[in-house]
Amino acid sequence: MRQSFDDISAQLRARHRKSARLKWTSMGALGLAVLFLVLFFADMTIKGLPAFQQAQIQVEVDYSEQASQLPLAAVNEDMRRLVSRGYLRLIPGRMQNNPELLGTTTTEWVLADGQVDQYLKGHHSRLSDSEKAVVDRLQEEGRAELRFNTTFFTSGDSKMPELAGIASAAMGTVFTLIVTLAVAFPIGVMTAVYLEEFAPDNRFTQIIEININNLAAIPSILFGLLGLAIFINFFGVPRSSPVVGGLTLALMTLPVIIIATRTALRSVPDSIRHAAFGVGCSRWQVVRDHVLPLALPGIMTGSIIGLAQAMGETAPLIIVGMVAFIPDVTNSFTEAATVLPAQIFTWAGEPDRAFIEKTSGGILVLLAILVTLNASAVVLRKKFERRW
Amino acid sequence: MNIKVAQRGENVMKQDELGQPVTRNEDANHELSIRVRDLDLWYGSFQALKSINMDLYQKNVTALIGPSGCGKSTFLRCLNRMNDLIPSVSLTGLIEMDGRDVNESKMDEVALRRRVGMVFQKPNPFPKSIYDNIVYAPRMHDLVSRKADQDELVEKALRDAGLWEEVKDKLQQPGTSLSGGQQQRLCIARAIAVQPDVILMDEPTSALDPISTATIEDLMDKLKQQFTIITVTHNMQQAARVADYTAFFHLGEVVEYNDTKTMFSNPYTKKAEDYITGRYG
Amino acid sequence: MQTNQLLAMFCGALLVLGLVAYLLGRSKAARVRASGTAMYAQPDQYAWFTVLSTAGPALAVGAVASFVMLLLGAAISPLLLLAGCLVVACAGLAIGIAMVRPDFHARQAIEKVIRFILAGAALISIFTTLGILLSIVFEAVRFFKMQSFWDFITGTTWNPGASFLASAGRAEEGGAAAQFGSVPLFAGTFMITFIAMVVAIPVGLLAAIYMSEFAPQRVRTIFKPILEILAGIPTVVYGFFAAITVAPIIVAVADFLGFEASFNSALAPGIVMGIMIIPFISSLSDDVINAVPDSMRQGSLALGLTRGEMIRDIVIPAALPGIISASLLAVSRALGETMIVVMAAGMRPNLSFNPLEDMTTVTVRIVAALTGDLEFGSAETLSAFALGLVLFVVTLSLNLVSVIMIRRFREKYRVNNL
Repeated sequence: MRQSFDDISAQLRARHRKSARLKWTSMGALGLAVLFLVLFFADMTIKGLPAFQQAQIQVEVDYSEQASQLPLAAVNEDMRRLVSRGYLRLIPGRMQNNPELLGTTTTEWVLADGQVDQYLKGHHSRLSDSEKAVVDRLQEEGRAELRFNTTFFTSGDSKMPELAGIASAAMGTVFTLIVTLAVAFPIGVMTAVYLEEFAPDNRFTQIIEININNLAAIPSILFGLLGLAIFINFFGVPRSSPVVGGLTLALMTLPVIIIATRTALRSVPDSIRHAAFGVGCSRWQVVRDHVLPLALPGIMTGSIIGLAQAMGETAPLIIVGMVAFIPDVTNSFTEAATVLPAQIFTWAGEPDRAFIEKTSGGILVLLAILVTLNASAVVLRKKFERRW
Repeated sequence: MNIKVAQRGENVMKQDELGQPVTRNEDANHELSIRVRDLDLWYGSFQALKSINMDLYQKNVTALIGPSGCGKSTFLRCLNRMNDLIPSVSLTGLIEMDGRDVNESKMDEVALRRRVGMVFQKPNPFPKSIYDNIVYAPRMHDLVSRKADQDELVEKALRDAGLWEEVKDKLQQPGTSLSGGQQQRLCIARAIAVQPDVILMDEPTSALDPISTATIEDLMDKLKQQFTIITVTHNMQQAARVADYTAFFHLGEVVEYNDTKTMFSNPYTKKAEDYITGRYG
Repeated sequence: MQTNQLLAMFCGALLVLGLVAYLLGRSKAARVRASGTAMYAQPDQYAWFTVLSTAGPALAVGAVASFVMLLLGAAISPLLLLAGCLVVACAGLAIGIAMVRPDFHARQAIEKVIRFILAGAALISIFTTLGILLSIVFEAVRFFKMQSFWDFITGTTWNPGASFLASAGRAEEGGAAAQFGSVPLFAGTFMITFIAMVVAIPVGLLAAIYMSEFAPQRVRTIFKPILEILAGIPTVVYGFFAAITVAPIIVAVADFLGFEASFNSALAPGIVMGIMIIPFISSLSDDVINAVPDSMRQGSLALGLTRGEMIRDIVIPAALPGIISASLLAVSRALGETMIVVMAAGMRPNLSFNPLEDMTTVTVRIVAALTGDLEFGSAETLSAFALGLVLFVVTLSLNLVSVIMIRRFREKYRVNNL
């Protein structure tokens, strides 16, 4: 009646196959997710890397009388459409500042028009055939080439793709995140300290806890509605400003910081607290002198992760108007500004195909910053991780 | 091989390669169930079992005793290859059952576990009904398919485990709703329902109260008519009460493998005597 | 701005007063101690107490007064307010100094204040929720005064008004009244959410199963953070990816198969949103699968079950409440996701079951309503808040159900572990 190993093994064959199928499917699922990640990064890199190069051409600039009125006259007729209008616009101003330029002719490397740039990169371009022939000739003579695109990092937004850059958005992000951190960090840490170290375990505390968990799961766009209705319409904080964006993001980041801080505080063993109580410290002294310093790496890690999250957030900022067209680099907390993700959003909506490249370039910069932030959080955690 | 007849009063009984108990228990069955030869086992670089030789007999209760960390549970888990779940374990030597080395590459560990069941220290009923706890594995093994057969199997397993009278009216309640002792008997019923040859018990009563413990000891005595039972226990009285043969483990070695009565009245080795009389352990 | 200058003056004056309070309090306490009287607290603690008693009431008065000004529109002269606050600060300073006595528990007083401040910080999270709720409800009520609630819930035409039609070159229809039937918006939202879940739940769950049940430790430590990267990519980036890369692929594939797909089809944002949610599902499922006690696994393997059977019949059923609650959270996330749909889904409210057609979602319409040049009080702008209210209620209920389920799950296994 009892079966031998071989009998059982024979019965098991089909069941083992099923089990193996589950293993391979689940492995495939993980592979699929990773494959997507790889494809995504490859796609963004291919699309975005060209943004870090920009076409320049060498032209003869004739600082004539006429050019001071009509900058287009400064360059040869067949080159006019090839030179960035943004460059030409600057000529009269330069002539005013430097009167001795009048009447001279120089050969300069100047920023090329966005269409030339696209043509040189082998993308679709709106240049006419004769213009393309000119560009081809210039390239053969070594008078047209792709160079590192400093404009992308030093200028603000522009309707001309060759002049568009991320500087104003980057500064806007910095200002916004300063506000976010200044508000969310102290409040978050204080809340966590209260809940972990001081709060009695009563209904009120439980409500706060449930509420914090809920807050972490509320769609971000609703925070935007809050920012619009309360900060802008009720308190009169200036619309589109880093202050209102920062405050809105601070409320969103709060739960992240609270939860991270609580975890960090909880990982400090009670023996430390008991030891400090034992030498006569008050509760606050225990927290300030013993628990908080030990929990600090964990708190910092959590805050960095929260900050990285806030940095990538777009939806609530659109609602509070931070998608403005900002050509000048932001330098105030209360003036209209934009942030990196919002800049990406704006560019993504531009019809000009040259902006696809700019958008992807902006995305690469944003992702690089986020990866750096998250990596530093991981390093921080690894470095200060303690096993009790 | 280094065959040495054990000397009474020595510290370690040199296990001869036959791995037989020092004294025969004339009441016991002596058909071979599992033969263990030169079994060495390492956790990483730590050697947890050293050159174990043992013949385990069918339809007996064999108790493994010894201080904590002596390797008795590790040894038990070798017998149905539960140690495979721990990545750092490596072992050499022979564990033979039914003429086959259980560690050979062709051996299907799932088939092995079907024939060598296990009951754990803490009762671990599945989060299913009492009925499903028992019928689940036999159904997977195609032992039963019709509803009537299933009912019959559940009743038989629960009767064998001495739980039927207590639960017959609440078979659809979750297994976790039972008391600790009942849960452990449910786990025993679950194990016998798949009709194994051997049941391994890893300190089955250590998490239970004395009354449940006594019930399970009675159960082991009854079950040995159908199954080979190998049990690890911390409790020497339990070994003395239920086991036909007892093996004393110390620091990864079998110090003495002996008829239970002899082991507790007149042990061969000094170490076993010290342990049994409570001088250490 | 004058207010800015006044604020700066206020802060400066308060700083100076605080410094004075610190020095005075400290020197008085030091004097008392030097005279040989035993004191309950250290001089520093007395000093800090005087600082608190100086700045605290003044800040409170200032905050309350400015809030009253904002709320009631009462015209208090800022200069007067500044003066008032400073007077309160001086009074506080005097009282603080007077309280520096040997039998006064300065430290306990400070700690009581600190405790209050900490509790106050904890209240801010409550205020945030209330703020969201109130701001949405308040504006939504204004909307429902203009439009019927019933039509909003059951109407199948979303047509926010003549201005929209005019700009779309369909001015001849402009005479028709604005219609706010939200059903097509919710249909679109649910369609995209459904697609996202079809992608995210199987892939996320299976990946979690692989990592917690099959993969060796080394694979686990490598791939877990890699999956987390997916969760860290900003949604605006996903949106761009969906619109620029995925949508054309879908159109091409559909074309190849003989279907017609829109560049704003629901499929592109749905799939990309699903990918975004994979790590969310997988890490939560991973947690709950790991929370299933190992004794369950050993128990089933010891019965001669294969690993696959163990996972399918024991581990997953045991982890199911946790997995369901993770999925509910994921649904709530997908419903509220904005950037991906704003960038990759359509603007046209469309009641259809064909995922290849373009359709719009609640969040898209919220953004559209609030980024136009319309005045704030218009029905279209306010409709954003009505939509937001529904979104809030739906996601809040999903979150609560999920929290309750996961709590039950945890309790169950804590008990079961004996």
